[in-house]
This record gives sequence, structure tokens and C-alpha cells, in this order.
Amino acid sequence: MNWKTFYAMLSRDGHVARRNLIPMLVQNLLQPLLLTMVFGRILTSSGMMQGAYKNVLLPGIIAISMVLSGIQAVAMPLIAEFQFTKEIEDRLLAPMETVWLAVEKIIAGMIQAMVSGLVVIPAAWLLMGSGVNLSFKQPLEFAAVCFLVALLSAAGGLTLGCSIGQTQIGLMFSMVVAPMMMFGCAYYPWSALASFKVLQYAVLVNPLVYASEGLRGTLTDVPHIPLLIVIGVLTVMDAILLVVGLNRFQAKAVS
Amino acid sequence: MGIGIKIEELRKIYDTPPPMAARGFSFTPIRTKSPKDKEKKKFEVVALDKVSFEIRPGEVFGLLGPNGAGKSTTIGILTTRTRPTSGRAFIGEYDVWQQQVAAKRLIGVVPQRPNLDFALTAREILLFHGAYFGQSSKERARRTDEILEKFKLTDRADGMVRGFSGGMMQRLSIARAMMHDPEVLFLDEPSAGLDPQTRLLLWEIIRDYHRLGKTIVLTTHYMDEADALCERLAIIDHGKIIAQGTPQQLKSSIPGGYLLRLRFDRVPEDMPASLRALPGVSEVRAKDGTSVDVYADRGGPLISPIVNTAQAAGAELHDVHISEPSLETLFLHHTGRSLRD
Repeated sequence: MNWKTFYAMLSRDGHVARRNLIPMLVQNLLQPLLLTMVFGRILTSSGMMQGAYKNVLLPGIIAISMVLSGIQAVAMPLIAEFQFTKEIEDRLLAPMETVWLAVEKIIAGMIQAMVSGLVVIPAAWLLMGSGVNLSFKQPLEFAAVCFLVALLSAAGGLTLGCSIGQTQIGLMFSMVVAPMMMFGCAYYPWSALASFKVLQYAVLVNPLVYASEGLRGTLTDVPHIPLLIVIGVLTVMDAILLVVGLNRFQAKAVS
Repeated sequence: MGIGIKIEELRKIYDTPPPMAARGFSFTPIRTKSPKDKEKKKFEVVALDKVSFEIRPGEVFGLLGPNGAGKSTTIGILTTRTRPTSGRAFIGEYDVWQQQVAAKRLIGVVPQRPNLDFALTAREILLFHGAYFGQSSKERARRTDEILEKFKLTDRADGMVRGFSGGMMQRLSIARAMMHDPEVLFLDEPSAGLDPQTRLLLWEIIRDYHRLGKTIVLTTHYMDEADALCERLAIIDHGKIIAQGTPQQLKSSIPGGYLLRLRFDRVPEDMPASLRALPGVSEVRAKDGTSVDVYADRGGPLISPIVNTAQAAGAELHDVHISEPSLETLFLHHTGRSLRD
């Protein structure tokens, strides 16, 4: 393994991310913050929703911004670089096994997902105003869930980025990302689906459910899916996406 | 000392559409696995058919052939970007497919279409490329300045490459490939789309690099380029090597040297034989009822005897095209079609 090359590629991604910092933050954070504004502030302040809803919403918003930014950070450049600009070729020709390039992409994506999560917590907290009760009493569990969610988004981004074509990007957002967000238990706890039994079990295939519920479990006292199950399922989903993503990447990297 | 290249019995069969570089530009459809695809999967293109050749250390070697002949696939395999269906390829002592990392260290690649990192400036592209190859920050800063100067890119060094012209992108691609001082330089159609001035600069750079004892492999479909640069050539068509040797050897291997392409209103049966009997004619090939290719050791002086022969046979000469001894004629001789077809 050639760490110099690996580190150089990571610095390249870091350099590009720093250069595009403002547009990147807007792209990843504007939507979650607008949602926070509408659901967490306007609807609760006007009394249309109870103040306690803020606690339900905040972990969901964090989950959404982490997952979206990780997916975008990895998938979008890959789709363009593999198919259209072929920019990735110069890194595929660097003296390092190609699979490590995919690993590097995942790590860069995880860092972006974590940064998004870290930025959105205080931002959303401030936006919502008073009445948010976050507790960091379970730091280890919180760190574990954050790590698994970041890996989930980056590995998912790798799989998507190596699976769909340039013309299908719009379709990806309307067919994968939108339903994932709506049925990801980000805006409501999983238990709220109890009256829609079929839906309640159908959404269990959605990884965002575990991200939202896991963060809810580690940050608030809102009822949630048990943490052990969350961590277990996230680990399995991460592993699957990782294997599929790395294989797809290697298949795409050579013709 | 230089590094040689060896290719043994290389075959490549694409069961999905081949990569862009090997088929001109178009959109890549994503393969989906539905049962119907089993019937469709008959798609098969033999890009290389048991190709073997050797490139000597320190040589400028040219792969000459029309579009789709297998040039880019050969380069793809030698540069680890394409998986051979069977056969082996070596850069120096390293098996390209088995020891990819070691092979990648030795090579620099200039792709057919520039694939520069659009998120970076020209200088950053070179600096990061150096870093990928483990150069120290001092070393890569020095080389970057040197190379930017050499390729006349210094004044645009800190501009994003997005705004570069085609010629500048091509120059930067070559600069990047040379950044880590590779022992073997691959150039896939390096002068496609270049203006004559840049083309001459490119030739100069290639010759300079060759003087350092480096091995250079280039593909081209320009005869003059192959003639001007390459010490040895392989002519490739439909995935097979049809001839190889120095440009001189290849040209002198054409029977007669001159090619006269003749078109008549009709070709009477006994006419090819009487053409063959004319002085200096070494080979006659009749095609499709009206055309005859005549290989001979002279060109113009043969026209009058040809006209007389035709008249005697009752045919009328409509068109004559004389080609002097060239690689073009050679290609035509071996494949029966022009390089640009």
C-alpha cells in the first residue's frame, strides 16, 4: 500500500473541497436549514405543532444533512469523472492499487458528511430557538452512530456513483433521494408509523430510518428503535454497500 | 538504459461497448441485468486478435492504423486501463496486469482526449500529479516550474484549466505525463486536433524526450507523423498486426513502390494480364469490374502504355491516381482500403 499516493489524493479532495467551501455548504445545508426554519420554528411558534416536536425533528435533520452530503460528495464527482470528463484517469494511473482510490473517495465523503453534521447541529439548534433538549449523555454511542451514518452515506454514494449514468442524475434524486428523505423517519419517529403497519415495515429497508432513529436515540429521550438494533443494522448495511460499491468501482475502473 | 515492452498473444474481446477512446465519443449506457439482456448479450467486438510484438528500450515506436483498428485498446492494456481477455503484456520486467503498481510507476500516459482535473489550476495539476508519484514538495515545485516553462504554459499556470483552449489542454496533458519523468511515454493520437505550430512543438518535445533514452509509444493515423517520428512501426488493422518494421523497410516492401489506381468504363477479362506484361509492373489487382490497382516501379511514364493497352482491349480509361511510395500505399496494399476509410 502506497500511503504517500493515498495521502496526496486525500489532500487533492481536501483542496478542492476548501476551494468550493461556500457553494458546497449551501448545497448541503440550505435545504435542511429551511426545513428546520419551517417545521422547527414557524410551525411550532405559531402553535400548529407542539414545542416537543423540535426534539423529534433535530436528529432527523442531522441525519438528512449527513446522508445527503456524503452521497453528493462521492456520487456526483464519480458520475462525471467516470463517464464524461474522464478526469479520474490520472488518479487511476497513479502508482497505487485502484481499490484504494475508492477507499480514499469514501474517507473524503465521510469527512464531508461529518462536517455537515457538525455544522448543522448548532445551526439548526439556533434556528429552532428555545425548547430543544439535546443531551450528549451517550458520547460513545453517538460517535458510533455518526461514524456508521457517515460510512453509510459515503459507501452509498460510491455505489450510486458507479451505478447510474449521467442522464439519470435527475431520476436518482426523484426516485432514490426524495422517497428516502420522506420515508426516512427524519420528520417523525418510527413509532409514529404504527397506524400504517405496512408502511412501518416497508420503510425498514431505508437506511435513513436507522440514521434518524439512531441519532434520536443518542441525542434525545424521544421514543426510538433500540440502539443496539440501529447499530447492528447500520453495520450490516454499511458492509453491503461497501462491498457492492468497491466491486462496482473496480469493474468500472477497467474496461 | 531504457525500458522495453513486450506483448504476447494479446486478445481483447469487448462484450460491452468498448471505452470511449477506442470508439470515438458517445454516451455509455449502463448495463442492467434483466433476463432479456441474455439474448442481447451476443454483442461482441474482437478488438485485438492475438497480437504480439516487442518494443526495444529507448525506441520511438508507432502504432499506425485507422479508427477502431485496436490502437487504443493496445495502449489501454499496456497502461493497465484495459483488461486483456488473454495473453500477456510486459513493461520492462513487470507483467502489466499482475504487477500493476510497479508498471504504473514506469509509465506516463497522454490520452486521446484530455482528461485534466477540472477542479484544479494548471500548476496544481502538475503539483498533485507529482505528489501522486511520491515526489517531495521541493522537487515537485521545481519540476512544475521547469515543465510549465518548457510547454509555454507559465503565464496561464494559475488559471483553471476549464477555460483552456484545446491545444493548451493537450500541451498540459503531455506536461503532466512527463511530470514524474517516466521511462516509457505513451501518446494516444497526440496530434489529433492540434494546429500545425503546436504539432511541431509536440514533435520537438517527443524527440527531446527520446534523446534522454526514454521509450516512446505513440498511435497515429497520420502517415507523415509516423514517418517523421518513429524508428519502428507496426501497422494494425482489425485487431491484427499486418506489417511491422522501420518506415524505410515498410515502404520498400511494397511491390514496385508506386501505386496507380485506375478506373475504366469496364475491365475486359484479358486486360489485367496485358497490364501485368507492361515494363516495370509488378502486380495488378482488378476490383469490382471497373477499377484496377497497378503496382509498379514508375508512375507517370506508365500512363501512355496503359492507355494503349486499354484501347487495344476495347476499354476506356476514366481516371488515374498515382501514389508515390508511402505508408499510405503500404496500408492500401495490405488491407485493400485507404487509411481514412
